Amino acid sequence: MALLETKNLGISFGGLRAVNAFDISVEKGQLYGLIGPNGAGKTTIFNLLTGVYQPDEGAILLDGVNLTGKKTIDICKAGIARTFQNIRLFGDMTVLDNVKVGLHNHYTYSTLEGILRFPRYHKVEKEMNEKAMELLKVFGLEEYADYKAENLPYGQQRKLEIARAMATAPKLLLLDEPAAGMNPNETKELMDMIGFVRDHFDMTILLIEHDMKLVSGICEKLTVLNFGEVLAQGDTQDVLSNPEVITAYLGS
Amino acid sequence: MKKIKINKTMKNDMITYGMVILAYIVVQLLISSGHVSSLIRGLLVPFCTYVIVAIALNLTVGILGELSLGHAGFMCVGAFSSAVFSLAYKDAIPGGLRFFLAILIGAAAAALVGFLVGIPVLRLRGDYLAIVTLAFGEIIKNIINALYLGVDSNGIHFTMKDALSLNMEEDGLMLIKGAQGVTGTPNDSNFTIGVVLILITLFIVLNFIHSRTGRAVMSIRDNRIAAESVGINVTKYKLIAFTISASIAGVAGVLYAHNLSTLNALPKNFGYNMSILILVFVVLGGIGNIRGSIIAAVLLTLLPEVLRGLSDYRMLIYAIVLIAMMIFNWSPNAIFFRKRLKQRITAGRKPEKEA
Repeated sequence: MALLETKNLGISFGGLRAVNAFDISVEKGQLYGLIGPNGAGKTTIFNLLTGVYQPDEGAILLDGVNLTGKKTIDICKAGIARTFQNIRLFGDMTVLDNVKVGLHNHYTYSTLEGILRFPRYHKVEKEMNEKAMELLKVFGLEEYADYKAENLPYGQQRKLEIARAMATAPKLLLLDEPAAGMNPNETKELMDMIGFVRDHFDMTILLIEHDMKLVSGICEKLTVLNFGEVLAQGDTQDVLSNPEVITAYLGS
Repeated sequence: MKKIKINKTMKNDMITYGMVILAYIVVQLLISSGHVSSLIRGLLVPFCTYVIVAIALNLTVGILGELSLGHAGFMCVGAFSSAVFSLAYKDAIPGGLRFFLAILIGAAAAALVGFLVGIPVLRLRGDYLAIVTLAFGEIIKNIINALYLGVDSNGIHFTMKDALSLNMEEDGLMLIKGAQGVTGTPNDSNFTIGVVLILITLFIVLNFIHSRTGRAVMSIRDNRIAAESVGINVTKYKLIAFTISASIAGVAGVLYAHNLSTLNALPKNFGYNMSILILVFVVLGGIGNIRGSIIAAVLLTLLPEVLRGLSDYRMLIYAIVLIAMMIFNWSPNAIFFRKRLKQRITAGRKPEKEA
């Protein structure tokens, strides 16, 4: 059974049909790419999957559980984590605290226990620090733990965003243009890291990307979107050699 | 690395606590050596009140990232609820216990009102909280000015008309006399209690900030959408932070009320201007900087009194100080200069930390 499945997903904004009859099926452990020209509706699909928008019709299933109409925080708890096209970190908080916010729902103690510093506070905080440092180490950010997130270099901010998403212990990771604004070297490094995250955490990843080198380099399957509709779907090499796809990207 | 960070926040907190305790010792020494005028001595409890309410507002403005223009209103709720309680049980409960209960009642009443105001408003995005709290502060003041409350053997009477329509028995006790307010509240608060309350407030707020809940609240401030995406319940944590903030403002009100024999809800003490003054403390002390709020609250309350001798030039100098503090805290050039200065000092002491 597929980990993520959508059936006939659709949404309109006023008269604009942003996404129409979108079907996708992502298997567990897959690295799946969602590509398409600007304005094709890729980020809208991410927003539908994470409950930022509610679909007008269709269904979203994660691991057989229907997530349609759920709120963002419930979808996060169900196991979908995401990053954003324009990086959204907690800029004024430290790198470590950013990850610890991601751990919020997995390591708990009450507000009162926190204020009165009960033994449970010390115990859970210690566990949180250890877990967060472990995650930062995986992403090579441990030396920045003390930095304010907004003071990190751009590439590291991207990594931190992924680390924070991974802290929520998701089943499915959505990456929205992870390579945006990166130079070829950083992109190469990012590709390695995405592959590593998949292997290390046994993660399923769905990513939006414009960088064809990255897409053809790591994605196993692709869905191409154009004007809110699926243009092509299948194995990466087949899709990328599809004449319709080439037309959509380069014009006829 | 991890260890260093924990020590750093702890050290920072300790400096804040230490600063308050040191200030308390210095003031006590000055009082015992007779260097403090009676005018300033009368201001000591109001100092504590302003410091506490400034810390409370900083929790809303700096940590939660919402603007509240009604913290004087929460002070007002705390002040009147506790003053009525203390007056009603003036002879029934001994002083210390009574004041302790009064604090709890003031805190609970303000928390409840803060919670009720927060429920509809904190679900919205934008500056709605500022607008609603501004209105709330004015409304609560006007309600109390029109409220008559009394108690006799038949129970509690209240009316919004006048004292006569209370229909009280001869031996009944008037608690709130409309615009004349509450008279005869026991003078339970003093400077020492005020400082203890500041320390307790600091303990609550600083521990809150460095806890799981505090991190959730700050993540909402920094990026609401991202906070939601990692599973933070935005409305819940906003409400928690705002309720705590209102509750602490209520405690400041309790302290204020028990320092006066007559408590009125005047524009001067619980009105819009007071709310703005508290906001000025927070902004000048540095938004999100708890220690800064304390310093700003003390300095800006002290300044007009110290400058009294200059009569007409007093407000002029006050304004200049406001502007100077603003520049020192917020101008990019000043921030850069402070950073460089700090670097030079730490570099001189611990050369290995320079890199």
